Amino acid sequence: MSVPRADDDAELDKLPVGMGSGAVWVTAAMFPEEVLEYVFSFVEADADRNAISLVCRGWYRIERRCRRRIFIGNCYSVSPEMALRRFPEVRAVVIKGKPHFADFNLVPSDWGGGADAWVESLAEACPQLEELRFKRMVVTDDCLELIGRSFRNFKVLSLVSCEGFSTAGLGYVAANCRNLRELDLLENDIEDNGIHWLSHFPESFTSLTSLNISSLDGEINFSVLERLVISCSKLKTLRLNHSVPLDRLANILCKAPHLVDLGTGRFSADFRLGLFEKLDSSFKACRNLKNLSGFYDAVPAYLPSIYSVCDGLISLNLSYATMRSAELIKLITQCKHLQRLWVMDLIEDAGLEAVASSCKLLDELRVFPIDPYAAEPVSLTERGLVAVSAGCPMFRSVLYFCRQMTNAALVTVAMNSPNLTCFRLCIIDPHTPDYLTQQPLDIGFGAVVKTCKNLSRLSLSGLLTDRVFETIGAHAHQVKMLSVAFAGDSDAGLHYILSGCRSLKKLEIRDCPFGDKALLANAAKLETMRSLWMSSCSVSLGACRLLAERMPRLNVEVIDERRGGPLESRPNDCPVEKLYIYRTLAGPRSDVPSCVWTV
Amino acid sequence: MAPPQEHDYIGLSDVSSLENCDNLVSDETENLRETELRLGLPGSVTPERKEKFGITLGLQLPKGFAAGAKRGFSDAINGNGKWVFSGNGGSEAEMEKSGSLFSPRAGGGGGGLQPAGAGKEASGKVAAAQEKKPLGGPAAKAQVVGWPPIRSYRRNTLATNPSKNKEDADGKIGPGCLYVKVSMDGAPYLRKVDLRTYCNYKDLSSELEKMFSGFTIGQCGTHGIPGRDGLTESCLMDLLNGSEYVLTYEDRDGDWMLVGDVPWKMFIGSCRRLRIMKGSDAIGLAPRAMEKNKNRN
Repeated sequence: MSVPRADDDAELDKLPVGMGSGAVWVTAAMFPEEVLEYVFSFVEADADRNAISLVCRGWYRIERRCRRRIFIGNCYSVSPEMALRRFPEVRAVVIKGKPHFADFNLVPSDWGGGADAWVESLAEACPQLEELRFKRMVVTDDCLELIGRSFRNFKVLSLVSCEGFSTAGLGYVAANCRNLRELDLLENDIEDNGIHWLSHFPESFTSLTSLNISSLDGEINFSVLERLVISCSKLKTLRLNHSVPLDRLANILCKAPHLVDLGTGRFSADFRLGLFEKLDSSFKACRNLKNLSGFYDAVPAYLPSIYSVCDGLISLNLSYATMRSAELIKLITQCKHLQRLWVMDLIEDAGLEAVASSCKLLDELRVFPIDPYAAEPVSLTERGLVAVSAGCPMFRSVLYFCRQMTNAALVTVAMNSPNLTCFRLCIIDPHTPDYLTQQPLDIGFGAVVKTCKNLSRLSLSGLLTDRVFETIGAHAHQVKMLSVAFAGDSDAGLHYILSGCRSLKKLEIRDCPFGDKALLANAAKLETMRSLWMSSCSVSLGACRLLAERMPRLNVEVIDERRGGPLESRPNDCPVEKLYIYRTLAGPRSDVPSCVWTV
Repeated sequence: MAPPQEHDYIGLSDVSSLENCDNLVSDETENLRETELRLGLPGSVTPERKEKFGITLGLQLPKGFAAGAKRGFSDAINGNGKWVFSGNGGSEAEMEKSGSLFSPRAGGGGGGLQPAGAGKEASGKVAAAQEKKPLGGPAAKAQVVGWPPIRSYRRNTLATNPSKNKEDADGKIGPGCLYVKVSMDGAPYLRKVDLRTYCNYKDLSSELEKMFSGFTIGQCGTHGIPGRDGLTESCLMDLLNGSEYVLTYEDRDGDWMLVGDVPWKMFIGSCRRLRIMKGSDAIGLAPRAMEKNKNRN
């Protein structure tokens, strides 16, 4: 079925409709717009919506007026005005700001990603907005105040890895968003002004279904929290911060046994039988609990109190629980229906082997290092990963920090789990080879990429040559996001990636010998991607200038934190320490700080 | 190429000459082997390697892997299994290859101690990774910025929480990094520093000076040796009158204190945030800081 040509007006509104073996051309007039809108409302995925809008001008027109959710993967890729002009009826907006490597302190703190411009435009154009989700953005208290004031039907606020706001801003939201359902504050950097913002929720407030305050640093007024929990009878998700002690947790749980998702506070206290029994009975009353997290400073003594809910758990986040392997095994092996497990490497290989035999539905595993620079490293090796891949047929997604790896292990993992969609392996020491053969890990990662045909996210580590990139370029057809560090021998590596990897959207590279040639040879590719980050590579200013000249719809941002003066005067062979390139319809941005130059 | 020949080039004598290199940061000389210069990025040597076999088998490598593999094999140098760069033994081409692997920019942003260099210098461009002392707290390791890729949120959560519980911690507190924000009055940007990369007030102050150039911490703050009464009154007045800015920090109790009052270890255990304040604004701090210090003693 071919798409009608845009210049053929008469054909524009005709749509082929297949009925059996023949196709009947029907004019759009036979379907009133309302009907099409209604049909479109069942299509939610962005990619599908985009496809609909490309069918013909009529559909484009109808679709844009009824699109309710937009996802802006890079806040600078389009101006708020442009986005909202096209989709005036939007109700839910998801926006991401800083590059991913900002999580690891590689991006200067004043780089940008401010939410103000977006919130201001939304306040003006979309007073019916219900949902805002920001990730890695700078959100100010003024922003939060504006949100509170502007959107009468505001329901969902999610701030993930954001900063720039304080408890004062949260107070505005609490006081003014009368219909708030979800307040999700995940891993943010929140200033504590000592304001008891929770008490700003009015007495009559009942609409909360989800409250995640895990990233709050300060003390919480417990009685206010309890009051809130009682009055919000539809509360399904509650994630507390580490200031909430065990006895308070027990109180809260008693009042909210219908919780589906719980994040505990501090899971430690001196052992008191009374407290244990209280906790135990509170958990027993929670029949719907599926997700459990928190466990800050967890001590083994109180763990048995949650055994009663283990069988129903789908997701368990123990990544802040510094407990030893034996304790972790006791707990996790009871969670027979677990699909997602986040844990520290204290679990060790033995623990992962136990997981592999007990949690047959495991889909996602993340293993974090307790101390990457430890003098006595834990006994977590490639064996644990292999065990899970062998024992868990649904294994799809992994983030694994370890210190040693072999090609053989990687090949085995790939063969055991051909359905992997996300494979992120971090071997802690850069350039670590296969410890048995001393070979680079090209073969192992190559096997992963060749065998796991649905692989959509990949992070590499260990000793790697250009060979692995040749394999990736040729075979990683579905990979959308690729992270590379301390790998490769030459420009060829980057060239393989950019000239292959047909689905690539986000590429982030650090400390690799990749430079100008590969970048310039694949300039056009960059416009098909969301963004490219390169730091500590071998790119020169001259190449950036050339690239910027050739590709006007790319922003080529050179980041120089030494702030040694304007870049304009520097020679072409000046090395570029950090480079961030992204496609944009909005041109160079106006809020660059002094350490960033848009070339 | 016969592996022993390659590795002979290094030998212990070469290593000792490299020890005089400026890169050597370690001031722990108890155990020379511990302070041996090694290839690779700071923090790249793990004690595990001690247990590994000195000589590895299967040194036959396809040509293409030569440069990379050599580095990998180089931990077969001595019984300790430490990594020592063997690139110099190779051909020009291989030199370049390995040189390019450790390009001047391979060290990444701040925190690294590697000098810029290429080619031959690459062999001298080894980073000394300090081993943790068997006794006492974590030594300040030179770490690569942002590696391993663990979110700063996670690092800080693990770093600060245990210390809340253990008031008398002897300094060993979980993960080896502690990022705090640094703001300066009048500067439009915030920076973050990892307090664990410094060993004393002097290091911290000079690093901050670089970051916010044109700022001085003042003489008193760099001593780091509190007497019974901490900073003397006259010293503080000199500090405040003499320099335009002073360095202050917010401690766990939420109080703002002058930096330099307390022993370094105590400081990094209680510091939540740093602020470079105008001298005139800090005058109110001095008496309080002294009071608090007096009360502690």
